[in-house]
Amino acid sequence: MEKPQTDPMATVEGLSGKASAALGRRVFMRYIGATAAAGVALSACHSELVDPGTTGSGRAGDAIDFGDISEKDVNILNFAYALEQLEAAFYMQAVMTPYSGITEEERRILTEIRDHEIIHRDLFKTALGSAAIPGLTPNFSSINFSSRASVLGTARVFENIGVSAYNGAGQYIRSADYLLLAGKIVSVEARHASIIATLLEPMTTLFAPDTVVYANSGLEEIRNPEEVLSLVRPYVAEFLNGRNGSGRR
Amino acid sequence: MNLQNILSEIEKVDGDALARIEHMSRRSIFQSLLKKTVAGAGAAAFAGVLNQTYAQNSSVADVLNYALTLEYLEAEFYNMSLATPGLIPSAARAYYQQIANHENAHVALLKSALGSAAVPKPTFDFTAGGMFGTVFSSTETNYALAQAFEDTGVRAYKGQATALMSAPAILTVALQIHSVEARHAARIRFLRGQNGWISKSEASGLPAAIYAGEDNVIQGGVNLSVAFPQYPGGNRITEAFDEPLTMSQVLAIAGPFIKSLNR
Repeated sequence: MEKPQTDPMATVEGLSGKASAALGRRVFMRYIGATAAAGVALSACHSELVDPGTTGSGRAGDAIDFGDISEKDVNILNFAYALEQLEAAFYMQAVMTPYSGITEEERRILTEIRDHEIIHRDLFKTALGSAAIPGLTPNFSSINFSSRASVLGTARVFENIGVSAYNGAGQYIRSADYLLLAGKIVSVEARHASIIATLLEPMTTLFAPDTVVYANSGLEEIRNPEEVLSLVRPYVAEFLNGRNGSGRR
Repeated sequence: MNLQNILSEIEKVDGDALARIEHMSRRSIFQSLLKKTVAGAGAAAFAGVLNQTYAQNSSVADVLNYALTLEYLEAEFYNMSLATPGLIPSAARAYYQQIANHENAHVALLKSALGSAAVPKPTFDFTAGGMFGTVFSSTETNYALAQAFEDTGVRAYKGQATALMSAPAILTVALQIHSVEARHAARIRFLRGQNGWISKSEASGLPAAIYAGEDNVIQGGVNLSVAFPQYPGGNRITEAFDEPLTMSQVLAIAGPFIKSLNR
């Protein structure tokens, strides 16, 4: 699988000042999250942890618990909703503060991808209704939005994570309608991944590299929910918690 | 044919057979296909298990042979294109070759899975009876057909996903091929100066059947053109979702390229 450490933008949670300050509380919240049945576990003193830059309805330091992600479709939908929130927020920022030297074509492509991710996000929010997790607060402090390499490199990582997440979770979806919906979305994410990689390296195999598509099987990598959450956790102020679970069988 | 029942049967047989494979659970055998170091062993075990099953139920072979037939088509198309002097310019060869590698790997994987039940490679006519007469002499025609095959492939695999729900391990493998085809499709579309994603049912000079239904705006029971009026015109809304094709729709598209099934 693609190694997070090869991603120049990836940071280990705890390196940033904010994460460090909240670390003790996060461990506590992790415990709360792990024991809550589902939904959001709120700390009595969470107000101390609220990031002034909060944009979501969740709060920095809160634990968002997806529960056993394989247990029921609503958990998988919330898991997908979280990923789409992250992607949408990322592209919104990338379009709002374009990197230096951005071409018209790149701006158009990033804008279109932004819109696709917003549509995915809002569809999940609509589908989940009152069962939806709160809006997440992105933490993009590790991303240099003025750098083309940083923005496109991060976009590629996010898209690859997204595809592997959908591919890994598909087998747990119980509703045929939701499985088909996930299938309709994952191939669009794969198209994004391919095009972003092409912007980075137009002449190479980066659009479907051997690190992501295994050469001797031609199969794309999959990730289980816990692997996905560990990769996206540094980019979200709330603590995302969830378990792979034992699946349907 | 009733795929649910067929695949449930496979699951039962798989369970017994896989239990005998040391250090491999029913799920992990497919996950092992992901890991380079053990992919060979995983594929071989997969083949052995399914061989046993197919001997008992030939309808299952028909289902996976559908996928194999499409992969044969793609693999031979890229192999022939790369072998034609002067057709694929050096700037495009790196990713044409990468796509060819993947399609050949898909063929090998499905063939090994099907064992003796695998259908032989059909004889293809990539001109489709003359409709694409310049497929191996015009680079542009060649690229157009590559797009046609990739976008059709994405839709074909998507169309089988719900039929594989009772066989989660097989579903996962199908999904892992599906997203690779989407990566290919986007790369080829970009090569042709198009968006990587499909807007409405724009066919860009290809047969309309390939993109039929891609203009759907209803997802999860929600009419998105009503729910999201900030995206007028339907482009962004339809691009955000790829639509499936049924087996019969796909075979109608692929049929003209198949001269003989050789069965």
